[in-house]
Amino acid sequence: MTMKRRFHITLPLICFLTPVLLWLVLLIVLPHVDLLRMSLRAEDDYGNAIWSFSNYMAFFQEPIYWLTFVRTAVYSIMVTVMTFIVAMPVAFYITKVVAPRFQGFLMMLLLMPFWVSELVRVYGWMILLRESGVINHFLTRMGILNQPIEMLYNDVTMVMGLVYTSMLFMAVPLVSVLESLDDSLIEAACDLGANMGTIFFRIVIPHAMPGIVSGSIVVFMLTLGNYLTPNMIGGKNALWFTEQIYNQFIASFNWNQGSAFGFLLLVLSSLVIWAGLKLTRQKLSRVVQ
Amino acid sequence: MIRSLPNSRRYLYSYKLYIGLYFAFLFAPLLVTCVLAFNDSQFPYLPWNGFTLEWFTADLPERVGLFHDRMNLESIWVSAQVAFFVTILSVTVGTCAAFLFEQEEFPFKSALYFLMLSPLVIPGVILGISILLFSNTLGMFFETHLGIDVPLFRPGFWLVVLGQFSFIATLVTLVVSARLRKFDRTLEEAALNLGANRFEVIWHITLKFLRPAIVGAAAVAFLMSFENFNTTLFLVSSDTTLPINLYLQVRDGSTPVINAISFLLIVGTSLAAAVNLYFSRKQD
Repeated sequence: MTMKRRFHITLPLICFLTPVLLWLVLLIVLPHVDLLRMSLRAEDDYGNAIWSFSNYMAFFQEPIYWLTFVRTAVYSIMVTVMTFIVAMPVAFYITKVVAPRFQGFLMMLLLMPFWVSELVRVYGWMILLRESGVINHFLTRMGILNQPIEMLYNDVTMVMGLVYTSMLFMAVPLVSVLESLDDSLIEAACDLGANMGTIFFRIVIPHAMPGIVSGSIVVFMLTLGNYLTPNMIGGKNALWFTEQIYNQFIASFNWNQGSAFGFLLLVLSSLVIWAGLKLTRQKLSRVVQ
Repeated sequence: MIRSLPNSRRYLYSYKLYIGLYFAFLFAPLLVTCVLAFNDSQFPYLPWNGFTLEWFTADLPERVGLFHDRMNLESIWVSAQVAFFVTILSVTVGTCAAFLFEQEEFPFKSALYFLMLSPLVIPGVILGISILLFSNTLGMFFETHLGIDVPLFRPGFWLVVLGQFSFIATLVTLVVSARLRKFDRTLEEAALNLGANRFEVIWHITLKFLRPAIVGAAAVAFLMSFENFNTTLFLVSSDTTLPINLYLQVRDGSTPVINAISFLLIVGTSLAAAVNLYFSRKQD
């Protein structure tokens, strides 16, 4: 049994608590309360500010809004799954297959691109893929294409860009969780005649679950809230919900509508993260470490 | 399957091929960006017209290199200043938070801990608009009720600093907490027995122990702030940071000057990463 320590108000406690409270209350709690408040305000026919659900009604009545919302959510889940499929073999290779002396080097290679700004990475893809870009240049040179084709501004490229952007946040938790997997478990399973599929699904995946969950949460959240990649390589018809929020705030200057969208996005991301944690029986505080 | 077991040659080769492709995919955009910063052409496209440094150094009417491009240089300076203040703020508050959650006891501790983690799962765009709204509300309140105009509450430099600080402080807290957890508290008790007070113990002993984590967290905080786009987008005004400025330029068509900036960013961050890695290796 653990003894509950009695709590005293001491000088160190006050010194540590004050800045933390200021930070969390002024920059996290109150702004989000204000977001909710603004989303419930609207103007009536006479131009007076009133409480109303009209911003949320507009969301459900205008198909373009909720279709974009659903699209963003579905694509984000898809990107999360694809990121996992791409990153898992790499994490397994680095931790379990490659000779130990290359491990550090590969890990450094894996991390390096992600220290570079997302903008630079997206810009790199634009140079590679656009009509006058590098890939088109080589393909037409080699005679594979007669005419350069525009590879930017479509959904496939956008999904690829999103997977690229968020790969690190899947790979790192996977590497750290696979490092703690004891090799002898796999050896034992192999001696007992298990095939690769069985080993993978019965040993590796269950062990890696905390890493998979934390990677998925971060990737999902980053994808859902991404503005740059859909905006720059997704093109005009690649509607992403953050673009709707931006348009309401900056272009139409309708802050109330924008707040409602923002709040809906926040609810969606919290719900999916909560569901993900519940389904896999993980705790947020454990997952982030 | 793993290195200690016999593996078929086909398995190993196909695995190596996959890893090779993965790293090609990872580095292709960066490599191409760097190479095209040195191409003697008005646009960042192929064909290769020969090597030039003019996109860094030229000051010609038709070609202004990065070192003479006032707008871009200014935005780099703004970003550096923002990152400096964000780093100072988030390291201070993040270290306080680490001490608070690791060494103090108080009611509602787990609730506050959960709140401290929440910026990790709030999309950056939402954080940006919430802080924009709240500062606007505060500004209106001060103006109508007290008759004071507070420039801090309008989009601009300090709002960008606060917006970035709001989530970077969480990362600092996590990094510093992880190290603080490994601290041997008998050292503190010994110092207390020898007559030091709590603050002397923290200053002379615990902070010395935490220094590598604090330096590492500061480096990450600086970089994250320097490169932040999503939160900054809503809080910025006329003095744009580098990512916002680059975004506006790329949207309106690109010149190899953007490649030149990207090249410097890639080289700079890679060096910083290597140094950081080297020092964290030495620690272990």
